[in-house]
Amino acid sequence: MIDFLLYALLAGIGVAAVAGPLGCFVVWRRMAYFGDTLAHSALLGVAMGVLLNIDLGIAVALICLLMALGLVALEQQEILALDTLLGILSHASLAAGLVVISLLSDVRVDLMSLLFGDLLSVTKADLMVIYIGAVIAILLLATLWKSLINITVEAELAAVEGVNVARVRTALMVITALVIAIAMKIVGVLLITALLIIPAATARRISSTPESMAVIASLLAMLSVVSGLATSWYIDTPAGPSIVISATLLFCLSLSCKQKG
Amino acid sequence: MSSPLIQLKSVSKSFADKTILQNISMTVNRGEITTLIGPNGAGKSSLARLILGLITPDFGDITRSDDLVIGYMPQKIHIDPTLPISTHRFLQLANASHEDCYKALEKVGIPDVKHTPLHKLSGGEMQRALLARAILRQPNLLILDEPVQGVDFNGQNELYELIGELRSSLNCGIVMVSHDLHLVMSATDHVICLNHHICCQGKPEQVTQDPAYLDIFGETALYNHRHNHQHSLEGKVLDADGKHQHGEGCQHD
Repeated sequence: MIDFLLYALLAGIGVAAVAGPLGCFVVWRRMAYFGDTLAHSALLGVAMGVLLNIDLGIAVALICLLMALGLVALEQQEILALDTLLGILSHASLAAGLVVISLLSDVRVDLMSLLFGDLLSVTKADLMVIYIGAVIAILLLATLWKSLINITVEAELAAVEGVNVARVRTALMVITALVIAIAMKIVGVLLITALLIIPAATARRISSTPESMAVIASLLAMLSVVSGLATSWYIDTPAGPSIVISATLLFCLSLSCKQKG
Repeated sequence: MSSPLIQLKSVSKSFADKTILQNISMTVNRGEITTLIGPNGAGKSSLARLILGLITPDFGDITRSDDLVIGYMPQKIHIDPTLPISTHRFLQLANASHEDCYKALEKVGIPDVKHTPLHKLSGGEMQRALLARAILRQPNLLILDEPVQGVDFNGQNELYELIGELRSSLNCGIVMVSHDLHLVMSATDHVICLNHHICCQGKPEQVTQDPAYLDIFGETALYNHRHNHQHSLEGKVLDADGKHQHGEGCQHD
């Protein structure tokens, strides 16, 4: 097989593996808009990375993390409803990212690939970063799994039973920031949330435990990557959006299944 | 007599600039049911959360017994239907074995729902499931925040009876939050009437002697509650002339 296609496939599968379980939490905890806001701020991360001349993945992860922690703090305020606040931050950070990138006149940045992903340009080095990130994220999710489920069901009850709620919540933020940083290459900042929530929503129809939902979501995300990539290869469509379309088609198919538990 | 499970001394708590609880002193003993009553927004849940250690007091001391294990039943939990979780699995989140979870469900009278998804439980079943989770940790103190919420009248009676049974079988102290005056009184040893401060407290009246009364209400006793003062709309304490009267140790205006 041609190298770049193999890299693209492996990269997509690596990201899909972690997008499944994380996406479940995004769905369960109603964090879709939150994820969108973080993903949009990733563009600002790219701009900062280029400006400060540091690794783009690290810059994106750091900016997402700062954004996430800022959002947690802002959640406490009572001036505006959270979705309004998220809407402001989401679009403001996207706009700021676009403006800063346009000002970096001496560096040529391919905006389209940042917004919609550039799976077919994945290099061996990218692949390494993606797998290191994915393995860390999956290990963190697996270690904290029970506590994460516990605080998702009812945070105060979990706290009384001895779960450190603040620490687990922060860990989930870190994982989300990490996954956004590695998923950006695959589907781009505008479509990351789709890769998280669509397979999870599809998996819900055919799962009766949190664990089966997480595993099925991973498998569905991988299937979407493979079929999206195939579409892209054979009929020359952009890879990122094709993956999202595949995931959406699977979701539509799942609607014909009878909802489990 | 063994030492009290938990003791609050002159505890106060404010959120933003609003004093929610002022100068609260109370003691909870083993085998004793204490009920917190009061209007909405009186600080009942905040007091429960102080006892639970979920929030810390601004002033005053809370002393907990060394062997204190708290079982908590929160006011209401919202289970998102996107989370597929069975009732049995929900109980297991309390670090309990299969066997213990099953026993707990049996104890609260809903052994048949163990495979039922949590979000499909009825109001009464949900309250019992929450109670089952609270008792799983073998607590010596149960904190029950509005335990009969969303349960019909007969179901409420049954739940209060169940809570009374749990008190004896676990020999635990119970702190119960309620805003209904009538039902809860028969199932309690000590009543604290709360409206930011402790308005009054004591044993509920023993009204259950009249056979005619029992015929009508069964084991439910109607509590005759008489305040020694009244509250203005803002919850301030007024005397009979409508003037403000300070309780002992009150510092507010």
